[in-house]
Amino acid sequence: MGSMGNGTSDYGNSFYREKGRYKGILSWLMSTDHKRIGIQYLAAILTFFSIGVLLGLLIRLSLIAPGKILGQNTYNQVFSVHGILMIFLFIIPGVPVAFGNFFLPIMIGARDVAFPRLNRLTWWLYLTGAVLVALSLFTSGGPPDTGWTFYAPYSIKAQANITLAVTGVFVLGFSSILTGLNFVTTIHRLRAPGMTWFKLPLFVWTLYATGWVQMLATPVLAITLVFIILGRVFGVGFFDPSKGGDPILYEHLFWTYSHPAVYIMVLPAMGIISEVIPVFARKTIFGYKAVAFSALGIASVGYFVWGHHMFTSGMSDTARIIFSFITFLVAVPSGIKIFNWVSTLYKGSIVGRAPLYFALSFIFLFSIGGLTGLIIGSLAPNLHLHGTYFIVAHFHYVMFGGAGFAMLTALHYWFPKMFGKMYPEKPAKIGWFILFSGFNLLYFSMFILGYKGMPRRYFDYPPEYFNLHLMSTIGSWILAAGLAIIAGNLLWALFRGSKAPADPWGGKTLEWQTASPPPAENFYEMPAVK
Amino acid sequence: MEKSGEQRDHIGAKYGMWFFLFTEILFFGGMFILYSVYRAKYAHDFHLAAAEENLLLGSINTAVLLTSSLAIALSISAVKNGNYRLSVKLQTATVLMGLAFLVIKYFEWTDKISKGIYPDSPVLLKISAGQILFFGLYYVMTGLHGLHVLIGIVVISFMIYFTRAGDITSENFSKLENTGLYWHFVDIVWIYLFPLFYLIT
Amino acid sequence: MVQGEAEKSGHIVPYGTYVYVWVALLLLLALTIVVAKVELSKYGVFVNLLIASIKAGLVLFFFMHLKYERWLLKAMLFMVIATLTAVIALFFADVMFR
Repeated sequence: MGSMGNGTSDYGNSFYREKGRYKGILSWLMSTDHKRIGIQYLAAILTFFSIGVLLGLLIRLSLIAPGKILGQNTYNQVFSVHGILMIFLFIIPGVPVAFGNFFLPIMIGARDVAFPRLNRLTWWLYLTGAVLVALSLFTSGGPPDTGWTFYAPYSIKAQANITLAVTGVFVLGFSSILTGLNFVTTIHRLRAPGMTWFKLPLFVWTLYATGWVQMLATPVLAITLVFIILGRVFGVGFFDPSKGGDPILYEHLFWTYSHPAVYIMVLPAMGIISEVIPVFARKTIFGYKAVAFSALGIASVGYFVWGHHMFTSGMSDTARIIFSFITFLVAVPSGIKIFNWVSTLYKGSIVGRAPLYFALSFIFLFSIGGLTGLIIGSLAPNLHLHGTYFIVAHFHYVMFGGAGFAMLTALHYWFPKMFGKMYPEKPAKIGWFILFSGFNLLYFSMFILGYKGMPRRYFDYPPEYFNLHLMSTIGSWILAAGLAIIAGNLLWALFRGSKAPADPWGGKTLEWQTASPPPAENFYEMPAVK
Repeated sequence: MEKSGEQRDHIGAKYGMWFFLFTEILFFGGMFILYSVYRAKYAHDFHLAAAEENLLLGSINTAVLLTSSLAIALSISAVKNGNYRLSVKLQTATVLMGLAFLVIKYFEWTDKISKGIYPDSPVLLKISAGQILFFGLYYVMTGLHGLHVLIGIVVISFMIYFTRAGDITSENFSKLENTGLYWHFVDIVWIYLFPLFYLIT
Repeated sequence: MVQGEAEKSGHIVPYGTYVYVWVALLLLLALTIVVAKVELSKYGVFVNLLIASIKAGLVLFFFMHLKYERWLLKAMLFMVIATLTAVIALFFADVMFR
């Protein structure tokens, strides 16, 4: 392996050429190269995202003509599958498995993750879980109609094939745990000489915090799902009141995982923003340590706030007050991040490229999502807003406006590095504008709907809600058009784009010091860590 | 350039194993949470139901598992000392004790099932809510623990093969050491299960 | 790649140490059965859980080598146990005050 000059684009020596032991498709499916695994994950999650978007469009379409397009049971199944796909197959694995896999080792100056074969295994587990979930749609009983939350006791008694779907999610959880474990070990053990903890890129810090949440929260989901399976197969009634069980404990256990899972989704997304903002503001990040520690702060405090999903469940007042209080605490580290991003932009010489557009809209949308989170985290307003479209709007702002936009940021920021091609700037920005407009029309209407009392998960509603539903549905079409332009632009660039230089944006982290796309073991020479 | 996958970082391997055990702590933690909540709610029923447990068999099983833990710990020291034959013997002893544990467990379970005590059984559904929950927890927790013992037995069997084949040496013992960590963890889970199910009469 | 670090896991624990620990574990097992048989009313369960924790500690520190590990691993284990404890406390904040 010869050394190369100042790393211009060079397909000949890239990891795409280094096939290893296997030929053809197996050189992908059996590869233990973190970059190949990352690309496969990216393809997988984007596929499931596309299906999820189509289901979402179907839900919106059905809501402007209740009962005419989807029957009530079908409606329940469609929104459940939309949720399960988007949560477990797209956004929870999302950033870490695609961009984390590709960039974590490069950013810390390593040749691969700590356990490359384990990394390979996680991809296969992910695929197995996805197949099991898919099979549950077509086998006895049909698609789950429980919502993505699988609340007991309904999930234990429902006719649908919950057992298989839950088994699939269990396997996906296993994949997620092993990815987290792998990343945390990698960050502890494989940093290049000189790459001390406080020189780590902020994306790496967020992956570190995320890894811990994956390790400590996901097992609780695993055991909860095992309880569902045991309940359905053997009649163990831990959540069945007729057998002495307490259904509220199911909600506790479920949210003990599923709230921290929100941080699995959004923490690495914040890491991406922390990378992109300084590069395009031509400044170092404001308050590096504060941003790094706020990731750990969000991860640790965010672990203990799950009860705010259950304010109307019949939980004790003591617990409600405690959970509401801790929920407010999470706003502090989140606020620190927003403050530091904005301060980084202050007096920077801002370069308005496409990744920055997405990153800035992340800050805007995530702030709306976060601030409305404070409204529903307060006990009194929660009683009014719980289980309404306000919640739906809130989490779509946080998840799609947050994690989703961050993924689009990452895709535009790292596309040249991953594929060695540049995409045309103008279509990217046009796509962004349409997406951003459609997004706000689609989901902001839901805030108003929810405030006016429209309950979530209903396939029908009184006529006074029609106008807002119509606006929301029109928003969904605009949003889809934006996504289509973005996807088309990137696909075009994949085949026809011009060659990307090693460092098209002027980034300072290690991935920009190697070729685009990187060679098989990431660096020709050990990079210098400054 | 050395391939990173082939690099030997046994501290890294050990960290990976410990992290896996952390996830196991939370996995079993979920069950212990349910146990503690239901025990707090139905303390009296739990006392009544625990009388059904066989203290003698439970105690023997605890001793068996503790001894098997000793054996695997010694086998690691033996490997580090270069005494591979002793290590193989000790690992074999661990496997045998693990099997003995499962056999005893099998007798305990079948005894209960023959009395009609198993989840959703007609006998069980007639008694009080707390007792239904106690036996449900008993089967689920000892069952999942038993599954971990079974996995441990399979893994240690592979380790015996690796030690004999010369893949595990005094220089390269991460596999065996990590297996030992797993086995000890399974032991610790039992250390807690024992008083919670057998000693609260 | 690995920064210079004392190879502490190369440490070989003598056979005798393990045997002593094992004897202690069996004695504690006997003790816990005796405690259960003697009616200590409410406190029996707590004493037995305390004994179980001592046994778990012996296994952790000697069989699992925690005694010979760096502080980092101990700190991480402590954090995990603290997390689980806090979760249990929050569960009880609900069920005890309902």
